[in-house]
Amino acid sequence: MTPLFQLCLRMGDSALILGHRVSEWCGHAPILEEDIAMANTALDLIGQTQMWLGLAAEVEGQGRTADDLAYRRDAAEFCNLLLVERPNGDFGATLMRQFLFDAWHHEMLKALAASSDDRVVAIAQKAVREVAYHLERSADLVIRLGDGTDQSHRRMQKALDGHWTWAAEAFVADDTDAAIVQAGLMPDPASLRPAFDATVNEVLEAATLTRPDNDFAHQGGKSGRHTEHLGHILATMQFLPRAYPDAEW
Amino acid sequence: MKPATDTIWEWLADVPDPEIPVVSVVDLGIVRDVRQDGETTVVAITPTYSGCPATSVIALDIETHLAAKGVGPLRIETRISPPWTTDWITDDAREKLRAYGIAPPVDGTAADGRIVTRALRMSGANLTVACPRCGSTHTEEVSRHGSTPCKAAWRCRDCQEPFDYFKCL
Repeated sequence: MTPLFQLCLRMGDSALILGHRVSEWCGHAPILEEDIAMANTALDLIGQTQMWLGLAAEVEGQGRTADDLAYRRDAAEFCNLLLVERPNGDFGATLMRQFLFDAWHHEMLKALAASSDDRVVAIAQKAVREVAYHLERSADLVIRLGDGTDQSHRRMQKALDGHWTWAAEAFVADDTDAAIVQAGLMPDPASLRPAFDATVNEVLEAATLTRPDNDFAHQGGKSGRHTEHLGHILATMQFLPRAYPDAEW
Repeated sequence: MKPATDTIWEWLADVPDPEIPVVSVVDLGIVRDVRQDGETTVVAITPTYSGCPATSVIALDIETHLAAKGVGPLRIETRISPPWTTDWITDDAREKLRAYGIAPPVDGTAADGRIVTRALRMSGANLTVACPRCGSTHTEEVSRHGSTPCKAAWRCRDCQEPFDYFKCL
């Protein structure tokens, strides 16, 4: 597997799994506007997945399609960040997960605009505009809920404490990341940390939330070692195309 | 005899956007290129938002419309670079949007992910969206997400009507 294929899977799988998680809110969000916002965010992420997995399939050259990669791989072949497979929890936990992801995703896409591969640059330049909207929305809501009522504040702090050690994986390079960096396809993941920290610190301060004093990073998602949650997501997401392989609609 | 590419552009200008039928796919900047590749006519289109469900409908509509004009064989390509932005929407289309009840995008107000400057960028001084019904600028955002990925929900505080705002991308 080439570094370019790996990069596309890592970006595409995180977008796909988060897109699926967020789509679980469709019809269940606390207010109509947020229900629509969730569905639109999920739609953007799944659209971005089509571009990443489409490029992955193209560079692999084995005749697989983006749909094959999304629906015909098992958990151990998925390369998404562990953060995005975390359960939705309450609305606050979903928003906090989204904010931590968006703060990394936005920096990553900005950096990928300088990738050595033109196709990666094209996808990043398309996606970054959408993700800027995602980040502004999730930051806005983290601030409003953190600096809201006693109950919303308590729930947002709990959500932050719960997600924190899962968010750090994005900044720790494994051997595959090192090969992707070596090929000039992406920057060193650790180099995105200062900008991520600046965004997070600023938003948490405005939200009156306390940044956890813990730099532990759960790792493994990028290389296929997942939490038990991913298998359950795939069971739902992949059921139809696996049960009815030629289904069309 | 193949129709000239200019003629095909004119025909494409009659293909309405499936979500906002008052403007065409050419008005919105979705059609990027028309060319001949041997016997095949190639139309390059670009998605507005990556996940916009209208994209596949647009491809189908173009195919059907050109087939009815006798164009064939036809190939539709998707081109994502340079990325689509609201700058591609023609001035004429902006007027049509307004007349249809959708406030057109206010240039220079796209999200850039900078949280600190966001409040300033989104403040009345920079982002004044006129109500497409009564023209009042006494309006406010209800939600940044609306009925389609490209729109936000706004309301007019004078005529009290809700309206869609085509947000800047």
